Amino acid sequence: MLNVSINIALTMLALAMGCNLWRLLRGPDVTDRVLALDTLYINAVALLVLLDTADGKPLFYEAAILIALLGFVGTVAFAKFLLRGDIIE
Amino acid sequence: MFEFISAILILLGASFALIGSIGLVRFPDIYTRLHGPTKVTTLGLGGLLLGSMIYMFLQGEGVAVRELLIIGFLFLTAPVSAHLVAKAALHRRCRSVCGLPDRDADS
Amino acid sequence: MSSMKRWLPHPDVSAVLLIVWLLLNHTVSIGHLLLGAVLGVLIPKFTKRFFPEPVYIKRGAVLIRFAATVAWDILVASIAVARLTLDPRSRPAPGFARVSVSLADDFALTALAGTVSLTPGTVSARLSPDRKHLLIHVLDLDDESALIQDIKQRYEAPIKEIFQC
Repeated sequence: MLNVSINIALTMLALAMGCNLWRLLRGPDVTDRVLALDTLYINAVALLVLLDTADGKPLFYEAAILIALLGFVGTVAFAKFLLRGDIIE
Repeated sequence: MFEFISAILILLGASFALIGSIGLVRFPDIYTRLHGPTKVTTLGLGGLLLGSMIYMFLQGEGVAVRELLIIGFLFLTAPVSAHLVAKAALHRRCRSVCGLPDRDADS
Repeated sequence: MSSMKRWLPHPDVSAVLLIVWLLLNHTVSIGHLLLGAVLGVLIPKFTKRFFPEPVYIKRGAVLIRFAATVAWDILVASIAVARLTLDPRSRPAPGFARVSVSLADDFALTALAGTVSLTPGTVSARLSPDRKHLLIHVLDLDDESALIQDIKQRYEAPIKEIFQC
């Protein structure tokens, strides 16, 4: 039962990432793209954790936490850039 | 029993993540699009990680307390990045379906 | 006492650093305990000037009750937003609202803005430069004054009580 549910969840996450990608390519404004990229990072973390669960071994944990950290820093840097036109004050 | 709970949590989490991303596609302007990813996707990831923790425990990998670190981190950072994106969108005067607030309080 | 303050300017930050280090390495071996303790002493010491005023949590019991309320509200708010997203006939009426806040402490303001972003169908968008008004975006705005009242008594009042500011 768990295998089936994990496969369904993987499909859902792939669809979610597809939605994000659509918004990333389409997004009328650059802020839309930043938001899409941020969501893409979060979904990537979810995907890695789920792959770990499917294997039953925590292989991708480090990758997941690195993506979570760098995704946040990247979003903040992008937003700061849009606000100030400059990242480092 | 625990396997069942874990499967339900994983499925619920993944569907919430999907709904958040659908919101990103469906809503009309940047301010409404913010709501899906910040709330729904974050909660979905929380559920998914909890389900994964239970499953890892059942596999005999020990209690994966580390997943809690990701949950805590995401719940702390999601509102911060949402706030910054909203602020940047207001700063750039992005189109809104409900009319933008006046600029008076802008920094 | 003064040497304690010199070596551990932020004991709580040091403790969090040690715990996070152990969690990241997924071990409680003696070597990592020592390394984590060294990092917990050194990092706050060298980054001291970046920290704002120290934060004191005055009412622990209120904090726990507040955390439980917020967790429940996150669940309810997410389901509400999910329903608005999925229902093809839903026509949400988004809008901006301005909430006046009276929190003196920066950390308390951050906590309030974060809570507002995570909970009732709202995202905090901008804080006025004088820190008196928080501009929020509401996904489905039908009664602005009721929403503002709700935010003030459900979130602002407990935060005020926790940090006593």
